[in-house]
Amino acid sequence: MSRKKENKLSFVGKGIERVDADIKLEGKALYGDDLDFAKMLYGVCLRSPYPKARIKKIDFSEAQKDPDFVKLITAKDIPGSNKWPVVNDDYPFLAWDIAEFHSQAVAILVAKNRFKANELSKKVKIEYEELDFIDDIHKSITKKENIFSSYVIKKGDAFNEIKKCKYVIEKEFTTNYQVHCYLEPQVATGVFATDGTLAVYSSTQCPFYVLDAVCAITGLSSNKVKIIQTVTGGGFGGKEDVPALVGAHAALASFITKSPVRICYDREEDFRSMSKRHPSYSKVTYGADENGKLKCCIVKYILDAGAYSTLSPIVLWRGTVHAAGPYSIDNVYVESYAVKTNKVPCGAFRGFGQPQISFAQESLIDDLAEKIGMDPIDFRLKNIIDKNKLTSTSQKIKDSIGLKELIEIVRKKSDWDKRKNLKPSANNKRRGLGCSIAYYGVGLGAKGRYLDRAGAYINIYRDATVNITVGNTEMGQGALTVLTQIAAETLNCPINNIKLDEVDTSKVPDSGPTVASRTTVMSGNAIIEAAKPLRERIFKTALKMLGSKDMIAKDGYFISGSKKIFFNEVIKQCWAERLKMSEQGWYVSPPTTYDLKDGKGDAYIVYSYSANIADVEVDIETGFLEVKKIYSAFDVGKVVNPVLALGQAHGGILQGMSWAVYENLVIEKGVMKNPGFTDYIVATSCDIPEYDVSFVEKDYSEGPYKAKGMGELPLIAVAGAVRNAVKNACGVEMDSVPMIPEKILKKMGRI
Amino acid sequence: MKNYLLKCEINGEKFEGLIDPNMRLIDFLRDEIGLKGTKEGCGEGECGACMVLLDGRAVNSCLVMAFSVSGKEIITIEGIDKTKYGKKLKKSFKKNAAVQCGFCTPGFIITAAAFLEEKPDATEEEIKEALSGNICRCTGYDMIIKAVNEAKK
Repeated sequence: MSRKKENKLSFVGKGIERVDADIKLEGKALYGDDLDFAKMLYGVCLRSPYPKARIKKIDFSEAQKDPDFVKLITAKDIPGSNKWPVVNDDYPFLAWDIAEFHSQAVAILVAKNRFKANELSKKVKIEYEELDFIDDIHKSITKKENIFSSYVIKKGDAFNEIKKCKYVIEKEFTTNYQVHCYLEPQVATGVFATDGTLAVYSSTQCPFYVLDAVCAITGLSSNKVKIIQTVTGGGFGGKEDVPALVGAHAALASFITKSPVRICYDREEDFRSMSKRHPSYSKVTYGADENGKLKCCIVKYILDAGAYSTLSPIVLWRGTVHAAGPYSIDNVYVESYAVKTNKVPCGAFRGFGQPQISFAQESLIDDLAEKIGMDPIDFRLKNIIDKNKLTSTSQKIKDSIGLKELIEIVRKKSDWDKRKNLKPSANNKRRGLGCSIAYYGVGLGAKGRYLDRAGAYINIYRDATVNITVGNTEMGQGALTVLTQIAAETLNCPINNIKLDEVDTSKVPDSGPTVASRTTVMSGNAIIEAAKPLRERIFKTALKMLGSKDMIAKDGYFISGSKKIFFNEVIKQCWAERLKMSEQGWYVSPPTTYDLKDGKGDAYIVYSYSANIADVEVDIETGFLEVKKIYSAFDVGKVVNPVLALGQAHGGILQGMSWAVYENLVIEKGVMKNPGFTDYIVATSCDIPEYDVSFVEKDYSEGPYKAKGMGELPLIAVAGAVRNAVKNACGVEMDSVPMIPEKILKKMGRI
Repeated sequence: MKNYLLKCEINGEKFEGLIDPNMRLIDFLRDEIGLKGTKEGCGEGECGACMVLLDGRAVNSCLVMAFSVSGKEIITIEGIDKTKYGKKLKKSFKKNAAVQCGFCTPGFIITAAAFLEEKPDATEEEIKEALSGNICRCTGYDMIIKAVNEAKK
């Protein structure tokens, strides 16, 4: 007799309230600038005012006269190495000889308070010799030494196949910067202690990157340094690599002055000097046969990396792998480049090199469908990757793919097939729908596989409360809550018994960065690994206490017949029996096989998927574009917390829309013109679309409770959907992000 | 130099003491009084993270000089329970998942608390308008708008 299938999960899959909501709502959460240390000093960076310049002389005699002046630190004061360890290690912590971009840090002034630090920094005279600079990728790429990294994917023979295609389409696209605009600016505090150890309190996604940088700049060994993550006010990639620079500066200043030193950026400094989403250029070609089957794809993709390579090599790699889109195409050729310019170095931003190329390829897919005379959704459905099909890197999709269902959902919900009936709100307005789809390789993938491991430590106290230490961070996305749910489920422990700490590098093994939508899978699995032996002991003890051979474990209770005991009672008994109540877990991602030479093999462990339809209205007189509604459907495997997942979806969709429609950073001749919220416009509460979000849960066998990754996916393809909706509304084919009114009017031929 | 005698009320407690007249209200609250719940997001009045109530009105404390609050009543996030909608807002923000990174949250609660007192029957559109001086980069605003809407009931 088959047993009735029941939902056995008590905590996973539930919309549990954020575990860190209360302290944040009460204003009691301690962010980086909220910590006090006795006799704390303040550091401020002195920055180059030129796109490229030689540093000739630094004169701080005037500042030195002030009683609140403490120290001026330049590259020659660095006791360790002046190379920031990232990928290629080409970025010096402090510029020496030549500063390669406007606002690069040249020196650190330390004073007794933050106001004096700012005031005195203006009294330091730095003499520069201006040098010729490059701010254009197309000029820069002509010199081999300016190419930081380059990849190629070859599948089949795209150049031969394109000649046979009945339908061929080729276009160029560009996208502009995107600034993270996390609400908490960069901040770090170095606290050097008399015993020769150094603690750095850092607002960061990646405490272990900060650790590497602090060790490099001070020359201290890893076991004498600890990085403690402070409550982090947003990241989105902007607190991936760059907090290591801020943390290293604060650590250096503290190491040299032997006092605690805080460095806290103001918004302008943050805009000018911290990483951004790369501007991009792409040329995409698709070819299809007479039946509307995609036969080939050729892509040239260039990212404007800025003055140093930082994370560009891996941002570019992710973009390259995903460049042809989530389609089954036999012939693919992708070549990609990250190119140097004398501008602020670009790095990680939610999507990591994918949104730019997604905008280009999803726009072109739409245009190709139109050329063939097919409905853009039918065309996509005919060509998408599916189970047992191959991606552009010839990776066979084995399980967990809901793409087809996602497309059907948004098609139905948006009433796509009747979109011609949509009514604009006024005569001068035009309304339309546009579609886009995306796939997202979860985790660091083949290129970052050596970093794709994570640790967890679980300690159950005698009072049955539980402390969990992991190496991945909470930055607002909800990691603390989701990981608490996973631990609660495995241990059958009430949520309120569990406390997860912010990361402290001295308490948990290096778990890699908190990026690539990897935290649920990596730290979640590490927690499960740690919890397994504890679970065995707890469950065995419970059975003994119940005097039974089987039981139901549910909601923190262990039940057998009419007997029911609570988690806390079982833990008390475990301790009475002197059982081991702490364990460490370690999780390593499954193998990948990608070959960098030709771009063949399994690039990522698994993919998450999205389908999106944007409903827009364009004012053809003003060019103003309003996104009225976005329908998005996601397959992220098991949804651990549906409420928090919805929050990630909304936030990602709006960031994608804001990039597509509003955000327009202007850099002229190497100098940023709008470094702040006054002139760099991000979406506010008045600009939001209506959100219609759905989830399809396709189990991922290796995931914790079958979950995949979520964080970045919602942003990736929004711009493409908006662009295709604009075309559907008023016939113009935008080729550039952001789609600001003047560009739309230009395309319409109105200005 | 601390040479200006400031008298005001902060979260229901009287303050009297010498302050530096060049000090902004946000720095006075954070550094002198130790109320760290008020956050600095931009320093130019654009993001709303530093909002406090000044005689019941929501203001950006980065744009107000400390000496100018003489004789006035200040409520920060730490004292928000003293307002009519403070507790309700916190509860509905939590319930509606209107908090993510949390850095903008105190500012939103302050803005909403002042706005609901002024307009307890506000429509959703009016709430959107009222919150448009506060930037949140995490949530996409929808859950915040719902939370404020729910708190008015």
